[in-house]
Amino acid sequence: MKKGWTILILCLLFSAIILPVAFADEATPVAAVADAAKVDTGDTAFVLVSAALVMLMTPGLAFFYGGMVRTKNALSTIMQSFIIVGLISVQWVLLGYTLAFGPDVNHLIGNLDWLGLVGVGMDPNADYAATIPHYAFVVFQAMFAVITPALITGSFAERMKFPAFVIFTLVWATLVYDPVAHWVWGTGGWLRELGVLDFAGGTVVHILSGVSGLVVALMIGKRRGYGRDIMLPHHLPMTVLGAALLWFGWFGFNAGSALSANGLAALAFLVTNTAAAAAALSWTLTEWFVHGKPTVLGAASGCVAGLVAITPASGFVTPLSSIIIGLVSGSLCFFAVSIAKAKLGYDDALDAFGVHGVGGTWGALATGLFATSAVNPAGADGLFYGNGAQFFIQFEGVAVSWVFAAVMTFIILKGIGLFVTLRADDKEEIVGLDISEHGERGYAYQDLVGGSAIPFAVQSAQDEQVVAKTTLA
Amino acid sequence: MRKLTKIEIITRPSKLEELKEALNAIGVAGMTVTQVFGCGLTKGHQEIYRGKAYNINLVPNIKLETVICEIPVELVVETAKRICRTGEVGDGKIFVYSLDNAVRIRTGEEGDIAIIDPD
Repeated sequence: MKKGWTILILCLLFSAIILPVAFADEATPVAAVADAAKVDTGDTAFVLVSAALVMLMTPGLAFFYGGMVRTKNALSTIMQSFIIVGLISVQWVLLGYTLAFGPDVNHLIGNLDWLGLVGVGMDPNADYAATIPHYAFVVFQAMFAVITPALITGSFAERMKFPAFVIFTLVWATLVYDPVAHWVWGTGGWLRELGVLDFAGGTVVHILSGVSGLVVALMIGKRRGYGRDIMLPHHLPMTVLGAALLWFGWFGFNAGSALSANGLAALAFLVTNTAAAAAALSWTLTEWFVHGKPTVLGAASGCVAGLVAITPASGFVTPLSSIIIGLVSGSLCFFAVSIAKAKLGYDDALDAFGVHGVGGTWGALATGLFATSAVNPAGADGLFYGNGAQFFIQFEGVAVSWVFAAVMTFIILKGIGLFVTLRADDKEEIVGLDISEHGERGYAYQDLVGGSAIPFAVQSAQDEQVVAKTTLA
Repeated sequence: MRKLTKIEIITRPSKLEELKEALNAIGVAGMTVTQVFGCGLTKGHQEIYRGKAYNINLVPNIKLETVICEIPVELVVETAKRICRTGEVGDGKIFVYSLDNAVRIRTGEEGDIAIIDPD
């Protein structure tokens, strides 16, 4: 009870702190009728709907990840994505937006002019999107800020304590996502001025989350019994549902990044779907060839790998190029998760790095190969269109993101580790995080052993041995 | 007919794989495993749904049953003890029963032959 009062008082105090900020902008005039002429209704409608589509991706990701863990961790895994929608949406309005898109400071970060969205209003901001209300741009970008840390949760699934996860997410969003979003998309951001092409966030969203995920997985350690116990996906239909929602939402992610309902948005939509389709095919085919059976989880993972790879390229490449980008991504990510991960021995539980880190890196580099100013004059030509320099610029952008994400995540985790316990102890991990962290369970009757309901034999990717294990229905 | 013994091991679900491997290593071929819920000294845990707390005091466990005749009972019991002991409350119980008969349904064989692997 005492705890409850403490939290209530803290919330009230917090509200009292932001109240002055909330009423400070009453001086800014509401958009006058004359300004309405500048706002394009079609563009606005399109971007708002796109923002809603991108919002749906995060719950989609919750299902995608939730289906892949064991029964006893289903809820806690879903919760990590779901609560981020709350956490980061609020962080974005208070602080995130101004850091990422606020007026530039030394090409590195936005200043605090737009703290709490003071001074941001219904009038368009010509620097970012001249034909839609500034608010529409804010909310569209908010959804990107939301999904990025949610992607990381796949790497530390089934073992991170909830309080540590919350603190990590808030600090990571503020110190890693917001600055890099400023570098790549913000007015005056140094990577943007360097000429790095990133249409919808291959660098900012996928490389950052994938590489950070790898670092977290390495630092927090393997799940208890990793490699010995059965760790089966407990509900693959839910994973497919999640993948489908991700695919659907991604149209908003990439096409919406045109920030206008125009031909470029149509191109982005088309190449997004094409790359996802090609990657779903190539992952499935590669797996069929390597392991003898085409799997549903493979198809679902493949489409996500394709979506990740096309993200940075989606406004700069032709539909034919998008097929190649997708085909390569599907096979590449399959090898990253099934062979490289096993050989290197780290436990990136749901392959945040294998899909987003590897796919995002390939996509950013592929943008430097396949980009053509024929489809988007605002873009640039890539290596295959006679401009090798662009490829090196892309490479630079990738290298910077890799290093920054890795170093910052390491520092953040070390720092948080001083104050809170990062990892569930053995007992908690055995019982499962649903009960130990949240006091709930996802299913009234759950399989206690493997997390799935069929006896099975695993064909190990490493040595082709067939290991017989038992699980209970 | 040699004496048949049934051994029932009730223990933590997380010990199942290890236990199976150890039993296989001493020659225990067949077993039946069930998910069970039970309570002894363990207190269980609390679950909360929309503010209402529920005490869940039946703890999930697994029950492994096997019938042996050639392998010494002591060996099976000692193996199970060694694997399943963590020293904490909730390690479980082992029960030993003497058995009247066993029948292999497919062939109609009875007694020790019914539980011995033909190969």
